[in-house]
Amino acid sequence: MIRRASYGEPARIGWLEWLPWAAALAVFFALPEYVPLGARILVYILFALSLDLILGYAGIITLGHTAFFGLGAYVAGILGAKLGVTDPLLQMAAAAAAAALLGVATGAVILRTRGLTLLMLTLAITAILLEIANKATALTGGADGLSGISVTPILGQFRFDMFGKTAYLYCLLVLFAGWWIVRRIIYSPFGASLVGIRENVVRMHAIGSPAYARLIAVYTISATIAGCAGALLTQTNQFVGLNVLSFEFAGELLVMLVLGGVGRIYGAFVGPLVYMIAQDQLAKQFPEYWYFGIGLLLVAVVLFARGGLLGIADRVVSKFRGERR
Amino acid sequence: MRFAGLVNKLLVGAALLCAATASAQTIKIGVINTYSGPFATLGDLIDKGFKLYMKQNAAKLPPGVKIELVIRDAGGPNPDKAKQLAQELIVRDKIQILTGVVFTPNAMAIAPLTQEAKLPFFIMNAGTSVITTRSPYIARFSFTLWQSTYPLGAWASRKYKTAYIAVSDFAPGHDSEAGFERGFTEGGGKIVGKVRIPLANPDFVPFMQRAKDARPDVVFSFIPAGRQATQIMKAYGDLGLGKAGVKFIGPGDITTDEELPNMGDLALGVITMHHYSAAATRPANKAFIAAWKKEYGEKSWPSFMSVGAWDAMDAIYYVIREQKGRIDPDRTMALVKQYKNPNSPRGPIAIDPATRDIIQNEYMREVRKVGGQLANVEFETFAQVKDPWKELQKK
Repeated sequence: MIRRASYGEPARIGWLEWLPWAAALAVFFALPEYVPLGARILVYILFALSLDLILGYAGIITLGHTAFFGLGAYVAGILGAKLGVTDPLLQMAAAAAAAALLGVATGAVILRTRGLTLLMLTLAITAILLEIANKATALTGGADGLSGISVTPILGQFRFDMFGKTAYLYCLLVLFAGWWIVRRIIYSPFGASLVGIRENVVRMHAIGSPAYARLIAVYTISATIAGCAGALLTQTNQFVGLNVLSFEFAGELLVMLVLGGVGRIYGAFVGPLVYMIAQDQLAKQFPEYWYFGIGLLLVAVVLFARGGLLGIADRVVSKFRGERR
Repeated sequence: MRFAGLVNKLLVGAALLCAATASAQTIKIGVINTYSGPFATLGDLIDKGFKLYMKQNAAKLPPGVKIELVIRDAGGPNPDKAKQLAQELIVRDKIQILTGVVFTPNAMAIAPLTQEAKLPFFIMNAGTSVITTRSPYIARFSFTLWQSTYPLGAWASRKYKTAYIAVSDFAPGHDSEAGFERGFTEGGGKIVGKVRIPLANPDFVPFMQRAKDARPDVVFSFIPAGRQATQIMKAYGDLGLGKAGVKFIGPGDITTDEELPNMGDLALGVITMHHYSAAATRPANKAFIAAWKKEYGEKSWPSFMSVGAWDAMDAIYYVIREQKGRIDPDRTMALVKQYKNPNSPRGPIAIDPATRDIIQNEYMREVRKVGGQLANVEFETFAQVKDPWKELQKK
C-alpha cells in the first residue's frame, strides 16, 4: 500500500521508493527521444514537491508560488546572459539564495494572515514580480523573453546538449537532493508540527508550538527549492519567458499537484508526470483542441478522484485487502 | 509510485508505436502555430492559408513525395513553450523543415536551435527585423515592420507636422516605433510623445487618452493584428480622437481585413501601409480570394497572415521540387535565396539572397466602403521594398 508519508511512520526508505529513480534512469537509456520532455517533467516535479511541502503539509494555501520559481529562473538567466556568471552551480546557488531571501521577506509579512487574505497576498506578490520582469526590459527582455543565456559545462565536464541528456541527469540529481530534503523534513518532528498547524493552529499554540516561526521556516525552505527548480528550467532551456511568473502557471502547478494527490510526497511525482504526458500526447494528436482534453481530465479528477490519483490507488489497494475505511 | 512508473512506460510505449510510421518519400514539416488563447484567430488564419495552398497545389510535388505536417500549438507569445516544441520536433519527430510562428518572441527563442540542428526555418509571420540575423537557416516570407513603418513615416512627414507613437511593448512594437520615428523625423516631422502598451490584455483607453492630451496631428500605432486592433480602434473612437481631427495611422496590423467588419465605420479613413490587402484587384489575389471563399465560406476573409502562410508553403514546395524530395539543409537555404514569385496574391515577391528576408511591394491603403463593406483600398505603391533596417545597418 502506498503510505501517506508522515512522522510516526517508519522513516526508512522502502524498496518501492527506489522505483521512480530506477524508472527515470530506464527512460534515459531506453527512450532518448523523450529525454527533453523528461527533463521538463523532472523540473516540474521538483517545483510541485516544494508546493506540496507548504500546501499539503503546512496548509499554506498559495497561488503565487511561481514568484520563487520565476525569481530563480530570472536570477540564473540574468547571471548567465548579462553578468557573465556562466557556471551552472553558481547560478543555481544564487537563484536559491535569492528565492530564500524573498521567501523570508514575504513570508514574514503574509504568513500572519490565513485563508483568502493569504491567497490574495501571494497573488499580489507574484503580480508585482511579473510587472517588474515585464517592465525591466534591459535586464529581463520583457515580453520578448531573455535569450542568449550562456551556461558552461557542469564542473567543466558536461555540456548542455540539444538532445537534453546532460540536462536530464542534472535535473534528476537536483530532484533527488530536493526529494531527500523534503522527505527528511516530513518524517521529522518539525514535519509533524507542520501537520499540526495545518489541522488546528489554535491547539498548536496551546501546546506551546511556535506556529508562526515554523511556517516562516518551511515557507523559506519551499521557496528555496522552488528557486532551484526555476534555475533548472533556465539552464535546461537556456531561455526565460515571462510566463514563469504567470498566474496560469501557478494554477497549472496546483492542478498537477491536486491531480497527483496533495499532502503526500509522491503526489508531487505522479501529478506532473501524468499531466505533462497527457498534455504532450493530446497536443500531438489534436493541436487545435488539446485544451479540451486537459479540461476533461481535470473534471474527471475533481469528480471521481478526490485525493488525486494516489487517492484512487489507496482505495483500490485497501479494497483488495478487504480493509474498511 | 509504482503507478507512476507504469503509466509512464505505457503512455510512452503507445506513443512510440504511433510515431514509427514514416517512409523515405515522406517529408516531415514541423509547424509551430497559435491555436489557443486570445490570439487563436491568428493561428487559424495561418492554418487555413497553408492548408489551402496544399489542397490546391498537390500536383506541384514530385511524384511519390508526400508531406507530413507535424503541427504544434504555442498558445500565443510564449517563447519558452515554442522553444520546447521546436526541440521536440527536432529530436523526436526529426522534422526536415520548420515553419509557422506568429510571434517574434517565439521565433527568437527558436532561432539558435535551427542553427545548432541545421534546420531550415521558413517564417510565416513574425516580423521583427533582427530575427533573420540570428541564424543562417532562417528565411522570412511575411514582412518586417520596418518595411511598412519606415516608408509610412516618410509619407506621413509630408502631410503632418506632429505625431504621437503608441506601440505594444515587445520587439515588433519597438521596431515599429523606431522605423516610423526615423522615417517621420528624417522628413522633418516632430514626435510629440511616445507610449508603450503592455502586450497581454491591455486596456487601450488610458493610452489613447494620453495620445489625445498631446494634441498631435496624427497617432501612429502598432498592436498585434487581430482582436486588439478592434479594441484600440474602439478606444480611438470612444475618446473622440477622430472628431478632434487626429488621424490614426499604422502598419496594416491595425486594420487587418478579417477584423474590419468588427470595427464598423470607426475605421473609415484610417490610413495604413502594408504589403497585402484582401481588397486588392490583382488577378492573383482575386483567384486567391475566390479559392478561399470557396473553401471556407462567403463570409470568411483571409488576412496578410494567410498570405504569408501561403507563400511560405509555396517556397517549401519549391525547395522540395528542386531537390526531388531529398532535403539537404544547406542546399535548401541556397535554393530559397533564389526564390522568386511574380504572382503572389500580394504582388511580386522575392527572397533577398543577402539577408534571407522578403522583398515585396508596400501599399498605402485607406479604409473605404466598397460595395457596402469596409475594405483596405490601395492607393499608392512603393515597389520592391527591402527591409530598411538591414539596409540602414549596412551604411
